[in-house]
Amino acid sequence: MGRFVIRRLIGMVVVMFAVSVLTFLIFNVIPNGAPEDRMAGRNSTPVQIAAIREEWGFDKPLYTQYLTTMKKVLDGDLISYANQTNVIEEIKRGLPRTLALAIGAALIWFSLGVALGLYTAIRAGRWTDTLVTVLALIGVSMPVFWLGALATYYLGFKAGIFPNGGYSEIGEAGLWEWVKHMILPWCVLATLFIGVYSRVLRSNVLDTINDDYVRTARAKGLTERRVMIHHVLRNSLIPIVTLWGLDFGAVLSGGAILTESVFDLQGVGQYFADSIDQLDVPPVLAVTLFGAFFIVLLNTLVDIVYAALDPRIRLS
Amino acid sequence: MSIADSSIASELSPVAPGGQVEGESAPGLSAWALALRRLRRNKAALIFGALFVVLVALALAAPLWAQVADTTPARNHISDTIVVNGKSEQVVTLEGVPIGPTWQRKFFLGADSNGRDVAVRLLYGARNSLFIGLTATIITTLLAVVLGLLAGYFRGWTDAFISRGLDIAWAFPPTLLGVALGVSFALGGLKVGPLRISGDSLWIPTLVIGAIGVVYLARPVRGQVLSLREKEFVEAARAQGAGSLRIMFGELLPNVASTVLVFFPLLVANAILNEAALSFLGAGVQAPSPSWGTMLADGVLLLSTAPHLTIVPGLMLALTVLALNVFGDGVRDALDPRAKVRLER
Repeated sequence: MGRFVIRRLIGMVVVMFAVSVLTFLIFNVIPNGAPEDRMAGRNSTPVQIAAIREEWGFDKPLYTQYLTTMKKVLDGDLISYANQTNVIEEIKRGLPRTLALAIGAALIWFSLGVALGLYTAIRAGRWTDTLVTVLALIGVSMPVFWLGALATYYLGFKAGIFPNGGYSEIGEAGLWEWVKHMILPWCVLATLFIGVYSRVLRSNVLDTINDDYVRTARAKGLTERRVMIHHVLRNSLIPIVTLWGLDFGAVLSGGAILTESVFDLQGVGQYFADSIDQLDVPPVLAVTLFGAFFIVLLNTLVDIVYAALDPRIRLS
Repeated sequence: MSIADSSIASELSPVAPGGQVEGESAPGLSAWALALRRLRRNKAALIFGALFVVLVALALAAPLWAQVADTTPARNHISDTIVVNGKSEQVVTLEGVPIGPTWQRKFFLGADSNGRDVAVRLLYGARNSLFIGLTATIITTLLAVVLGLLAGYFRGWTDAFISRGLDIAWAFPPTLLGVALGVSFALGGLKVGPLRISGDSLWIPTLVIGAIGVVYLARPVRGQVLSLREKEFVEAARAQGAGSLRIMFGELLPNVASTVLVFFPLLVANAILNEAALSFLGAGVQAPSPSWGTMLADGVLLLSTAPHLTIVPGLMLALTVLALNVFGDGVRDALDPRAKVRLER
């Protein structure tokens, strides 16, 4: 197990290195024209552009440019050209908001997805099963930003049940205000996933429900409830937990960019969206790296947990 | 003859399964024919499949409706007035509020803030959104199948190279990567060898969305090829002297085709949603070309005064994606009743 973990951690470092090189290339080499022009943004002066060229070493060979860029990212002195703020500080400011959104939504979609999946599996073939399947497909087909925009406008602005977007710090306006601001974003973001999770769990449960060990459990005289929860559900949950880890990583690393923007939560995703609007390269570069880090981290964690649960994997 | 007609006798008869037997026994059906039969029995999938065809037809008929409404997707009517229910109304009021749905030839679904006909833009937008969705998925499929076949068939270094590449691609946050590439190319255009694509071309979001999807399909294809290449039919082909290319594209490809087909409608649905998301963030279709994403991006800014600008393209988008998802679900059930292969996500 120890060797497996070390191998995965080394793999993680290698992938992060490759990602950082590619990210650097995407912003500085692939598009035509001088990178300093793009970096300086829309309203730039020749003096500014010359200063950026000097500072980032765009007249030097590529590997020097890459090293300069990475040094800036790691030292935390990446400066936005659009508004002269420190990029790493901005990401740190947005992170709690993105985390709050991701954790809340992930809890909702996981618990509801599992509950609905189990329910539909038990009721397979009846009309409630069909109904949940239909709702699940509708949920998957919804564009989040559309749903979010309509929800803030009609439930927030018009009906006044919820605040009209924005984020409220727990320290400033209290826990209840915070929850009130987060409920709509949580639900809207979770809508995307509940359907997928309930359907995956449903088919997993239906796959295992006829296995020998389940029949043994029934034959021992265990109650139906105990059989379902301790024997069937426990085994059906493993793929769901994997999926959950990966999706959580995706949401944390920019998958919620639209939800954040529509609800004006000012998280990391919205920071990215605003920066790309102003063609502000440093924040875009930093947030992409930050997102890739979370994805790689969650992937590695999922692999390790999976290997701990299933010894066959770490041997292959 | 009377004995041959009984079902037990036909089971015992030396005719190979699937072969035609004289009399009443069922004709042998290929796996594809069986799948088609299962799909035909799935009413919901058929209805939503038909709905998608109707949506495509509407998109193709966009110029016809433009003639009926006597405008183009880009023409401004900002200072025009039209007669609705006998009353003369401004297309866009002096306060900048566009007219809502009139349910008549002109401005059937209302106007946007520039005084452009929403219904006409919706249909032209459908063309762009569907074009991007379908073309991007074709690009995804071609790339993923070739990569998956190469990695799964040759294994060794080829596989190591492709798989590590996919691992790295997997690590990129897909939305961020899409937005970053979209904006980057929209700004400078794309230059690959002799090929030049200008920044406002539809091909930019198409290529970006197509490339992003590859990793999700290439992995399952590779996995399937890895196990298929050990099967007897591959060995038989090799014994007959078939080369690698022939085995990959003549023997293995038809066997992964059902996997690819299962994912196709779902990938198109996803690509259409991605187009909307990218365009919403300004990284997809560039103005003045309409697409559902750009229409939504304009619409949400005016949600309080002109909600039809948000509701109409959003409904169209959700309906299209829903149609593809329900149809795709039916295709999956038909081709793969045990549904063991899943799109990696």
